[in-house]
Amino acid sequence: MNIAIASGKGGTGKTTLSTSLATFLSQTYEPVLVDLDVEEPNTGLLVRGDEVHAQDMFKLVPEWTGNCSLCGQCRDICNFNAVIQTGSSITILSDLCHSCHACSELCRESALPMVQERIGVLKRFRSAQLHRVESILDVGQDQATPLIAQTKDYVSEHFDDHFIKIYDCPPGTACAVVEAVKGADYVILVTEPTPFGLYDLKLAVELIRKMGLEFGVVVNRSGIGNDDVLKYCRDNWIPILAKIPNDRRIAEYHSEGTLISDGLQFLEGHLGAIENYLDLSVVAGAG
Amino acid sequence: MRIAFSSEGDSWDSMVDPRFGRARYLLLLDEATNELTAYDNSANCAEAHGAGPKTAQSILDKNPQVLITGNGPGRNADTVLSAGGIQVYVGAGRMTIKEAYEAYKQDTLTKNG
Amino acid sequence: MREIVIISGKGGTGKTSVMASFSYLGGKDLVLADCDVDAADLHMLMQPRIETTADYFGGLKARIDSDHCKNCGLCKDVCRFDSISVKEGIHGVDAMVCEGCGYCQRVCPAEAISMHPEHVGDVYISQSRVGSSMVHARLNAGADNSGKLVSQVKSEAKRIAMELDRKMVLIDGSPGIGCPVISSLTGADYVVLVTEPTQAGLHDLERIYELIKSFNIPCGCIVNKFDINIKITRRIKAFMHTKGIEFIAKIPYDEGFTEAMTEGLTILEYDQNGISTILRNSWERIKVLTQG
Repeated sequence: MNIAIASGKGGTGKTTLSTSLATFLSQTYEPVLVDLDVEEPNTGLLVRGDEVHAQDMFKLVPEWTGNCSLCGQCRDICNFNAVIQTGSSITILSDLCHSCHACSELCRESALPMVQERIGVLKRFRSAQLHRVESILDVGQDQATPLIAQTKDYVSEHFDDHFIKIYDCPPGTACAVVEAVKGADYVILVTEPTPFGLYDLKLAVELIRKMGLEFGVVVNRSGIGNDDVLKYCRDNWIPILAKIPNDRRIAEYHSEGTLISDGLQFLEGHLGAIENYLDLSVVAGAG
Repeated sequence: MRIAFSSEGDSWDSMVDPRFGRARYLLLLDEATNELTAYDNSANCAEAHGAGPKTAQSILDKNPQVLITGNGPGRNADTVLSAGGIQVYVGAGRMTIKEAYEAYKQDTLTKNG
Repeated sequence: MREIVIISGKGGTGKTSVMASFSYLGGKDLVLADCDVDAADLHMLMQPRIETTADYFGGLKARIDSDHCKNCGLCKDVCRFDSISVKEGIHGVDAMVCEGCGYCQRVCPAEAISMHPEHVGDVYISQSRVGSSMVHARLNAGADNSGKLVSQVKSEAKRIAMELDRKMVLIDGSPGIGCPVISSLTGADYVVLVTEPTQAGLHDLERIYELIKSFNIPCGCIVNKFDINIKITRRIKAFMHTKGIEFIAKIPYDEGFTEAMTEGLTILEYDQNGISTILRNSWERIKVLTQG
């Protein structure tokens, strides 16, 4: 079971929900929490664990051999401006490269073989009944999408379908999010009952519907704002999995990174409701 | 000496464009002849990604030794310009081309890097 | 004319609420530019009346002309993004997955593939309800913000400021540290950082500061919700002190921000309490800091 937790805008409590849901479920099952917000992976601030594995992550980029007639075809081919001719040499701007292989494979002099370049690091942690996988994009790397895709590949290779996997996705509705939620069995959209929250929720719903995925909404900081989010969900047949009440103490726990140890009792009932809604006991075959 | 400028217009009285990659015009001054040539950079402005290095490539193709601009090129454009051996001067964002050239001759612009 | 950018590394710090308050205080002397296109929320507080709409085209997408396609499959072989699929014997491109590299176009023996910039959103020029001109944009779901879009929004705003002889362009900047935020920052005279005292907030502040420093732009900082964690607020202040960042103001946690937003108002119009005073003082301070 793959559950993606996403939100239209940042700061709605997406990471708070994914970490507390994973911790809650670890009382019964052996879930895997996967941090796909590779530019700002913050689940580690809220869930501790022992590091059991680390590996460098790579993408393929061309490397100039220094041996060619400088015909200029490669720089003309690259639609991402990642190949530049500087006087009598070829400069590769690897952070702009999308690894399409066109310059490399079309070069008649084989002067641009593809080589591995590190883009980040993947780490795996273990605490009691909870697994956590996170990837961090190196500073200076621009593209989150390949790292997200590879992190998901790693998770599917190492944890079979019996595991409940919770993916903390990047915020927004851009292509990194498309990559993160792709293939999810269920998407939980976290929102706030405010006009900003509603506007961004609508964009997220548009995206998830376009991708044809099943989804529901968790309303965070319930009690603030107005009822427009609830009304929108009702009018559009979108299930509301839980309404987590507004509580300043949650913000305070979150700021220190101590939510899980001290704050779980606030959320237990709501997390149980999500568990029941998704019928996780059937999926995981455990009890 | 051949000097390139990022510019908002096509003449000596135009303002230096503080942006590098998405500068509206590139101007090239040939000090030997005192001739100023303007190149429309709007095609590079329209690049979704990598406008900086693309503009740097356009500058290299014109073969100057010096570039005068405003905020300064981003990391990628900087890589390209230094690989091409161009000396970059920044901080001319509120000057006209004429003023920026004078400031360059008086050596009051900031050398980048 | 001065260009001031308001940014915050992470979401949810109250950047847009602060931006809206300054927009209200500056009134018609300002031109507003919303470059936070991923979460373009300013319009909900400024209720702009749209006057002109322009198309925004993003990156390239491949298109296969089925009349000329011989279905040889070469395009599918070279595509590294699995964006070409065959349905009922006909090759087609999935635009959502296509990255626009153009490899398929270059190898197609029938020359049946062409590349087209995709229409992914709109750029609007509007009148805000507080009398200022406002430039903003909307992106389709799944489309990426880019330096190009930010640059388009900003140059429209600057053009209007020149034409109407306005003193200041106030920019709601993009999040993160990538290409859009670099475009938000270039040409700016002053940066206002809005942050919150959380581990994540501090971490993002440090990252964004490196970027601002590389552009030599002076900056100041507003700490929102400072009292949810006094310890981290102190660390933020210490960080600003060592880096020479002006400490503009700290704002207490207040649900009035949300209540005002729900009414479509800025906090200044909703509540005349201490927060209004803090924001008024901040705005006066910013005006002084950016004069000259």
